[in-house]
Amino acid sequence: MRLTAADGYSAVRSYSITSAAHFKGLVELTVERLPDGEVSPYLTQQVAIGDRLELRGPIGGWFVWHSEQTEPIQLIAGGSGIVPLMAMLRSRSSAGSTAPFRLLYSVRVPEAVFYRDELQALSDRDHPVSLTYAYTRTAPKDWPRPPGRIDADLITNVTWPSNLVPTCYVCGPTSFVESAAGLLINCGHNPDKIRTERFGPTGDRR
Amino acid sequence: MSSDTYDYLDGNAAAGELSKIFAMDITAAEGQCAHCGATKRFAEARLYMQCPGIVARCAACDHVLLRFVNVGQRVFLDLRGMTYFSLDTSQLQ
Repeated sequence: MRLTAADGYSAVRSYSITSAAHFKGLVELTVERLPDGEVSPYLTQQVAIGDRLELRGPIGGWFVWHSEQTEPIQLIAGGSGIVPLMAMLRSRSSAGSTAPFRLLYSVRVPEAVFYRDELQALSDRDHPVSLTYAYTRTAPKDWPRPPGRIDADLITNVTWPSNLVPTCYVCGPTSFVESAAGLLINCGHNPDKIRTERFGPTGDRR
Repeated sequence: MSSDTYDYLDGNAAAGELSKIFAMDITAAEGQCAHCGATKRFAEARLYMQCPGIVARCAACDHVLLRFVNVGQRVFLDLRGMTYFSLDTSQLQ
């Protein structure tokens, strides 16, 4: 996305699309506001209907789930890394796919969960998505697992075992992705079946 | 350049910038590291963006694979860190 100010200053940022593939007429982007960001405070607090934004895309064909895939799918999200995984979940629904999906979603506190209601609905429907939250800082009252990072026990207990040969998609901050992908490999998953996307600020400085 | 400081992203984050010059998606393209010979998808490369341009390094050996920089109305692309870069042309048809 390119934003250009009245004085000609422009800034370019990359955002993940949240809407399903081939969804017509609307592109949904999820933008996390970075307190000292240059663009995200504008997009999350000031942008108004009628404002013009320049978009180019979609770009990137690697971190993608295709509805022709029928194998088990393991999604692992850290924080806002849920965004491209949500697009996969929505694509699964809109394609009528029954591919078995599991989502392990690591988030600091319950209030920080994105799309909570929609995820709940996906886990309550026919051919449900198996959904596990892992809270790293504060968990809801009576939550079975004490707050903490994703670890080998959790991976073993709630994700597809490696003998089912799932394709795994891991998205989040770099430290999260390195840790989660390492745990999957330790649990016997083939690195070739693990696709990763590391999230972080992508602004260019011109 | 320590790899445990997590100051890198991955090749996915370069897709937008590199789509200015490549007609095809480069994140799924396969490249061979000229240093260690590892053949990986560009999405798997380690991407350093806290510099005037973009530097992609091999996820296996950390050797520089690609450098890309904008200077005014000109872009510079250095691909000598790869012995080849292989793209799927079916998406053009």
